[in-house]
Amino acid sequence: MATQNLKDIFWNGVWKQNTGLAQLLGLCPILAVSTNLVNGVSLGLATIAAMAMSNAVVSALRNFIPYEIRIPVFILIIAALVTVLDLAFNAYLHDLYLVLGIFVPLIVTNCIVLARVEAFAAKNSPLASTIDGIGMGVGLVLVLATLGGVRELIGTGALFAGIEMVIPGTHAIQILPADYPGFLFAILPPGAFITLACLIAARNWFEARKGSAKPVEAAGCAPAAH
Amino acid sequence: MSEQNLPQPSPLKLSASTAGVMLLFTLVFTGLMAGTYELTRDTIAASAEAEQLRLINEILPPAGYDNALLQDVKILGSTPELGLPKGGKVWRARKAGQPAALVFETVAPDGYAGAVRLVIAVSADGTLGGVRVTEHHETPGLGDYIDPKKDKNKAEPWIAQFVGKTLTTLPLERWKVKKDGGDFVYRTGATISARAVTNAVARTVAYAHAQRDALYQ
Repeated sequence: MATQNLKDIFWNGVWKQNTGLAQLLGLCPILAVSTNLVNGVSLGLATIAAMAMSNAVVSALRNFIPYEIRIPVFILIIAALVTVLDLAFNAYLHDLYLVLGIFVPLIVTNCIVLARVEAFAAKNSPLASTIDGIGMGVGLVLVLATLGGVRELIGTGALFAGIEMVIPGTHAIQILPADYPGFLFAILPPGAFITLACLIAARNWFEARKGSAKPVEAAGCAPAAH
Repeated sequence: MSEQNLPQPSPLKLSASTAGVMLLFTLVFTGLMAGTYELTRDTIAASAEAEQLRLINEILPPAGYDNALLQDVKILGSTPELGLPKGGKVWRARKAGQPAALVFETVAPDGYAGAVRLVIAVSADGTLGGVRVTEHHETPGLGDYIDPKKDKNKAEPWIAQFVGKTLTTLPLERWKVKKDGGDFVYRTGATISARAVTNAVARTVAYAHAQRDALYQ
């Protein structure tokens, strides 16, 4: 029963309430960073860590946080944890920090972290909240990887640019013929909007075909998008 | 969302207690951040210095000098020519006591997303040894080719075109991107990043030429 619940919570984050495709939350970093596959996945992994930590800490402290000031306290907790994560990365994983460094502080501005803390962690146990944070994060990684991969492939004809900074000794793979001229539009912001729109449409089509043709669930009382 | 039906403490008491809790949370989490900062400060400073020396080695071969480069430093006052209104440092490389090269930390204030920090090596005869980006916030995948690690063209990185240039073979007015009537190429869609770096390199080379003798003192 309990494990079934945790599985549901995880699946809910990955697919049913996917942050990028169903809740449409935290789109600003998604659109800005998904210029290639490695950047997208890197931001996604950093976000998983931040969401799991914030959800766990807020859930553990939820009985001590007065209802009236919960939002400032949540923001304080998220900002402090992301700062700690940023410093720890810088000190102990310096090579990785040089790659991920610019993305980690961006996570504070991602409203999906605050939204999950408010909508889930403030009402559930630390274990369930951590699973929810990881599930939402994995869902975000999948969207960022697809978005980044499609934009990089159409934009430059190659994949995995920048991988050598994460895994030394590897290098980018040229997928399309070497004389592919590139299509800058896909890498510029309009490419992000159009690719994301296609992904959302594909998800809706898939859900509709399953017979459960219900409209995309709105984000409830959470802020619309960042 | 309403709690109107529950018995409420007086507004004054409620404000005082919530303010107290807020203050407590602020103290605890500020303490957490301050503690992590103290704990990681030395490690971060050491990594940053190692990274800086690694970058300098890329633009100034260690065989070309024999002094302790990071220790032979000249502190500059306000130097707007190098984008350092608050002052900065120049490292002096020497071989057998004779000037070998200067390493500048120049800032290009006009990048697409804020300042671009550079290290630039200029040898004693005025030849540009090379340029590296130490910090920038240019758009990933677009303007970040100014950093050779992010440059997709590994065989011929954009930043390599500065190597070996000198004011004697290339007059100062041509140290610009081609769009501005100069000699340096840039990549479509991200002229601003390339222009900021090129102009900062030009200012540094001119400064090194004019101040050469004073800088080695």
